[in-house]
Amino acid sequence: MKMKHLMAASALLAASTLPVAHAGATLDAVKAKGFVQCGVSTGLPGFSAANDKGQWTGLDVDVCRAVAAAVFGDASKVKFTPLTAKERFTALQSGEIDMLSRNTTWTLTRDTNLGLNFAGVNYYDGQGFMVHKSLGVKSAKELDGAAICIRAGTTTELNLADYFRSNGMKYQAITYDTSDESVKGFEAGRCDVLTSDQSQLYALRIKLKDPNSAMVLPEVISKEPLGPVVRNGDEDWLKVVRWSLFAMINAEEMGVTSKNVDQVRKTTKDPGKQRLLGLSGIKGQGLKLSDDWSYNIIKQVGNYGEAFERNVGMGSPLKIARGLNALWSKGGIQYAPPIR
Amino acid sequence: MSESSVQQEYAPGTHPDWDPPVTEVGVIGWLRENLFSNWWNSLLTLLGIYLAYLIFVPLIDWAVVHADWSGDTRDACTSGGACWVFVKVRLGQFLYGFYPADQVWRVNLTGALFALLILWLTLPRIPYKRVAGVLGLVVFPVVAYFLLHGGSFGLSEVETTKWGGLTLTLVLAVVGIVAAFPLGILLALGRRSEMPIVRALSVAYIELWRGVPLITVLFMSSVMLPLFLPEGVNFDKLLRALIGIILFQASYIAEVVRGGLQAIPKGQYEAADALGLNYGKKMILIILPQALKLVIPGIVNTFNELFKDTTLVLIIGLLDLLAIIKAALEDPNWLGYSIEGYVFAGAVFWIFCFGMSRYSQALERKLHTGHKR
Repeated sequence: MKMKHLMAASALLAASTLPVAHAGATLDAVKAKGFVQCGVSTGLPGFSAANDKGQWTGLDVDVCRAVAAAVFGDASKVKFTPLTAKERFTALQSGEIDMLSRNTTWTLTRDTNLGLNFAGVNYYDGQGFMVHKSLGVKSAKELDGAAICIRAGTTTELNLADYFRSNGMKYQAITYDTSDESVKGFEAGRCDVLTSDQSQLYALRIKLKDPNSAMVLPEVISKEPLGPVVRNGDEDWLKVVRWSLFAMINAEEMGVTSKNVDQVRKTTKDPGKQRLLGLSGIKGQGLKLSDDWSYNIIKQVGNYGEAFERNVGMGSPLKIARGLNALWSKGGIQYAPPIR
Repeated sequence: MSESSVQQEYAPGTHPDWDPPVTEVGVIGWLRENLFSNWWNSLLTLLGIYLAYLIFVPLIDWAVVHADWSGDTRDACTSGGACWVFVKVRLGQFLYGFYPADQVWRVNLTGALFALLILWLTLPRIPYKRVAGVLGLVVFPVVAYFLLHGGSFGLSEVETTKWGGLTLTLVLAVVGIVAAFPLGILLALGRRSEMPIVRALSVAYIELWRGVPLITVLFMSSVMLPLFLPEGVNFDKLLRALIGIILFQASYIAEVVRGGLQAIPKGQYEAADALGLNYGKKMILIILPQALKLVIPGIVNTFNELFKDTTLVLIIGLLDLLAIIKAALEDPNWLGYSIEGYVFAGAVFWIFCFGMSRYSQALERKLHTGHKR
């Protein structure tokens, strides 16, 4: 808690002392230096992690790559700064990075007090529960009196307390310092339930000796919309990041993928797809980018669905279902304003 | 030949012409004397053997017998023991971080130069230690900087954000040690100085830096410092961390060295004064050689701690050996091999720390000039 106050104080200080960035300054600076400096997590399975070859991969990483593709037509023109949760906002405020794509929850406080702007939501997360299958529990409502493993000092702890109080249930919290320890505790039977953000529960489940012995319950007890963040006061850059993400979501909605984008671009008569690929309409002009900005994103990074499946979905070891992150037309809430 | 002489009596087993009984010498004798001298020692020995059996048999079974060594993916790990494939696949990253693969020779060359210098300095047989000292303290840092960082002499630039793994750990530790040591000596002398302002400043410095945890220093350097600089003015995160570590460690070295200075008898100072030596000569020729020799264990202890403390940089997102292993554990393809990763990290740290402590013991023996009680 203390740390949080310190953070908020330092952030406020930053917001008040730093000169307001000129609109467009970041985009121009990025274009001048030739790459996007992007802050990512030092390691979060499926969102940002270095692979065997030392390349950063993940859903958050793909947002950075999409922005690079939009600005430079080359998704590889991005440099990653691995950041811890504590230093992420300072790195952005101080200009060390151009954008932050690090599983950051969009909240009122962060949006207003920190001098930051959230550009969108690339993953709707929420706190969930993982239980031993042998327990025979099918819903979180049946967890009265359960022993629950949890990481200390996180908002998950507060959400948990709220949820159990509002449902009139009791629980016993068993706190651990790291997620590795909490998994070991869960495995050793110290607790019946492990709680964390759902996206992380799937990763924690793989760490079990026998992942099939545990299951993730359907209930989600908190809202954690995660998205890319930029500095306040630079609308041009905000829009570039925001619409890079929207382009990915729109592409999925229209069924344009990295595989068929060339063909669609040549043959499509659909005015929506033509606008998406910069063949008609406002093209890249509004964003001060080249007309093929969205084509480059789709071609090099893929649409949102592709990025999701590749990094956290069925094409990855995590096998997270789309759930809330399905398109609005398919039962989820991923929705992007139209490109027109 | 005196028939009348009385037959000399010997206690059993003590006759000078006979071999001692087999139960008193050799392996069996040693065992009897050290492990089975009486019934409770025998009991403790057996208990110890049983405990060792309980610990080491499963450990060796896990780490060697049932371990997987070959392959490139987690599918290769089927035997149920340690999955060293994980460490093998990631070894390049653990050693060099994200240093470009085609430039890794630069790190290797730097490491080789460093190893040569260390050998030169530590092996007693090789002469010209002074040359090695100058090379190590003056020439090597410059060469190492240009080799590792590049950007000139036709070498491509490799930003410090790409440094990582063992390379980064060693850079932090070596630079920290080499820079903090002289600063610490100066502070120790300052604290014992007769000039009030120098003394007060030294005391204030030492107490300030000793009073804060290293993690706070690193956090300040990484999170707070950039806020006080104008926007767009950033200096390297690694450099910030290094400065923090140096300033922090210098205060600890200072106190260790001060302990040595206090242990030198007053007569030595007075003798130096009587010889007409000025302050610098007195310290360099008489006092410091004796004082530093006395505190070798303390200094090496501090260095050892510093080496391990470098892992704290993971809270500011610098990927040193431990942090890069932790990062690798978050790769969805390698989830769940934390034990292998941490065992590897522990082994590497142990090798370096053990090496340092052996060297310090050798140094103590070599510099032992008969004052030891």
